Amino acid sequence: MNNGDGKRVNGEAEEDDDEDEGNGGGLDAWERAYADERSWEALQEDESGLLRPIDTNTLYHAQYRRRIRSLSSLATTARIQKGLIRYLCIVVDLSKAAAEMDFRPSRMVVVAKHVEAFIREFFDQNPLSQLGLVTIKDGVAHCLTDLGGSPESHVKALMGKLECSGESSLQNALDLVHGYLNQIPSYGHREVLVLYSALSTCDPGDIMETIQKCKKSKIRCSVIGLSAEIFICKHLCQETGGSYSVALDEVHFKELLLEHAPPPPAIAEFAIANLIKMGFPQRAAESSIAICSCHKEAKVGGGYTCPRCKARVCELPTECRICGLTLISSPHLARSYHHLFPIVPFDEVSPSLLNDPHNRLPRSCFGCQQSLLNPGNKPSLRVACPKCKQHFCLDCDIYIHESLHNCPGCESFRHSKSAIASEE
Amino acid sequence: MASAPSKLYADDVSLLVVLLDTNPFFWSSFSFPFSKFLSHVLTFLNSILVLNQFNQVVVIATGCNSCDYIYDSSMATSPSIESGSMPALCSDLLQKLEEFVTRDEHLGKQDSLGPTTSSLLSGSLSMALCYIQRVFRSGPLHPQPRILCLQASSDGPEQYVAIMNAIFSAQRSMVPIDSCYIGSNNSAFLQQASYITGGVYQKPQQLDGLFQYLLTVFATDLHSRTFLQLPKSVGVDFRASCFCHKKTIDMGSICSVCLSIFCKHHKKCSTCGSVFGQAHSDVASVSNLKRKTPET
Repeated sequence: MNNGDGKRVNGEAEEDDDEDEGNGGGLDAWERAYADERSWEALQEDESGLLRPIDTNTLYHAQYRRRIRSLSSLATTARIQKGLIRYLCIVVDLSKAAAEMDFRPSRMVVVAKHVEAFIREFFDQNPLSQLGLVTIKDGVAHCLTDLGGSPESHVKALMGKLECSGESSLQNALDLVHGYLNQIPSYGHREVLVLYSALSTCDPGDIMETIQKCKKSKIRCSVIGLSAEIFICKHLCQETGGSYSVALDEVHFKELLLEHAPPPPAIAEFAIANLIKMGFPQRAAESSIAICSCHKEAKVGGGYTCPRCKARVCELPTECRICGLTLISSPHLARSYHHLFPIVPFDEVSPSLLNDPHNRLPRSCFGCQQSLLNPGNKPSLRVACPKCKQHFCLDCDIYIHESLHNCPGCESFRHSKSAIASEE
Repeated sequence: MASAPSKLYADDVSLLVVLLDTNPFFWSSFSFPFSKFLSHVLTFLNSILVLNQFNQVVVIATGCNSCDYIYDSSMATSPSIESGSMPALCSDLLQKLEEFVTRDEHLGKQDSLGPTTSSLLSGSLSMALCYIQRVFRSGPLHPQPRILCLQASSDGPEQYVAIMNAIFSAQRSMVPIDSCYIGSNNSAFLQQASYITGGVYQKPQQLDGLFQYLLTVFATDLHSRTFLQLPKSVGVDFRASCFCHKKTIDMGSICSVCLSIFCKHHKKCSTCGSVFGQAHSDVASVSNLKRKTPET
C-alpha cells in the first residue's frame, strides 16, 4: 500500500507538470495544489518508510504550547510587570536593499503591508499608547509621522510614499528617534522597532556612542532583520534590552512583527510611576450642534464633550486640542486589563489518564461542545484548566489564550470563583 | 469610540446563540412569571428555525452558580419523538432546562457565601464565543453567528473584566451581541456590549408583548439589518468609576503602572503599591495586585 501511495504521488506530479505546461495561466484548484502549494511537502515518512500526511493541527498546537510555556516561565518566576503606556517609533529602512525581490513583490511592499496590520493591532492592544514612523533613505532619517494615537493618519502616510534608494544609516535613525522620545512624559515606556533590510550601515560618527546614549535614556530598541544577522543590530538590542530576530520568509516576518504588539515585560526602573490626569467624556446628544475642534466645522449630533473645557471631539482616544487633557473611555482601559490579569496556561491531560479505561473523562469540550473522542470512542488529546479542572479541545485552548483571555470553566462556576478569592 | 466595523453578508442564514437568564432570585419576585417568559422565547426560537431551513439555534442557560448548554438545533433528535402537542424543540429544551435549574440550585446550597443576585453572564458569553469559533472553523459555508442575551438580573460588578474581555473578543471576530434586557434599570454592561460589537440593545416596555419585540427586532438576520430600521443606541455611558469610592467620575487620575482609576490625588497606588513620582522597585510586587473592578 505504501508503494502504491508513493507511486501515486509521483505519478500525479509528473502528469501535472505536463498539464501545467499545456495550460499556462489558468490553473484549476487541484493543479494549484501541486504548482503553488507543493502538497508533496506535506507528507512525511515514519520510521518504517510509510508515507503519512503531517498532522498540521497537532503541529500547530505543539508550537503554540512551546511558545506559551516559554512566556509563562518568564512571567511567573520573575513577576515582571508590563509597560502599558508605550511610545513606540517604527523605523522603516527604505534604502536600495529594500528593493530586493526575495520577498514578493519587493521587501518594501511586504514591510509596508505588514506594518499597516501591525499598526492596527498595536492600537487594538494598547489603546493608551502612541506610535510614530521614521524612514531611512539616502543615508538620512526622516520623520514620516509624529507620535500620535490615530491609526489612520499613520497608515495613510506610510502608503503614500514608498520609494527606496541610497544607503541606510542606523545611527541617523537612532539619533532622530532619541530626539523625539526624549520629549515624552516620564511615565511612558520608550521603544523603537527597526525593520532593517540592508546588510550594512553608513554612519557619520561613532554608532557605539549613540547606542550608549539610547541606553542611558532608557529606550528599548528591537530589530527585525530581513536579510541576515548583523553584529551591530545584535549589539544594539543586547545593550538596550530589546529583541533581535531575522525573518526567514513573509509568514515568519508577520509573526515576528506581531509579537511586538502586546506590551513587553517592563524593566522596573525604566519608567516612573505617575498619576496621569484623564477625562471620560460623555457622548453628546443626537441633536446637539457644536463646532468640532479637530475638523474646525460645525457638526450635528455624535461626538464627545471634553469635561474640562467643553470642546467637542469626534473620536476617542484623543488629546483635547484646546486644553490638552487625554480623553478616553472605560473600555479603552479595560482592553489592557487582560495583560494585568492573565489566565493560567492550561495543562495537557497526560496520555496515561487518557488510556486508563477506568477514568470517566468528559466526552466533549466544555467551551464549544466538540466531541473529544477519536473515531473508535478513544479519548483524544485535550487540555484541562488547572483551576476549574474542565477539559477543552486544542482549538479552544488557542482561542482562549490568544483572544478571549477568560477561562469559560472558571467564569461559569461561582464556587470555583469563591475558592480563588479565598486563596488570595 | 467607534462602533464595530461592518461586514458584508451574502445571505441570511444565521446561527443564533441565546443566553437565557434563569436566576431564581430574580424570577421568583418578578411580576412577569418565568413560564410566560419561556413560552414567548420558545415561540421565538421556533420562528427562527422556520425563517430559513439552514438557520441554527443554540441555547445556553445562565444560572446563578453555573452555566450550561441547553439546546443545540444542529444536534436535535428526529421529529418523530414528539410528546403530545409540543414539538420536539420544546420538550427537549424544557427537559434540559429543568435538569439545569435543579443542578444550579443544588450547587447554590453547597456554597456558603449566601444568596447572590447576579447571574454568571461572563461564563455563558465565553462559552458562546467558543462555540462560535468552532462554527468559524467548520469551513467556508457556515451560518452567520450572533449572540442574543436575554438578561433579567442586574450586572455583577465582579464580572466586569471578564465581560469586557468577551466583548472585545466578539468585536474582533465581528460577532454582534444583541441584548434584550428585562430587569428594572438599564444594564450598563449590555449597553456597552451592544454598542461596541454593533448589536441592538432594547429594554421592552410591555412584557406581555415580548414575542413581538423579539420577532421584529431580534429575529432580523445580519444581512437584512443593513436596510432595516432597528432601535438606535442612546445614552451609552462610557464613564468610569473610581476605585476608591465607586462613584462615576468625569475626570480622574490613572496610575501609569496598573491603570487603576482614582478621583483624588494619592501618594501611593492602592492596587499595585507603586509610589508616584519615584521609579517603582521590586518591593511593590505584583502579588499585591488585587482584582479590584470598577462598578459601572
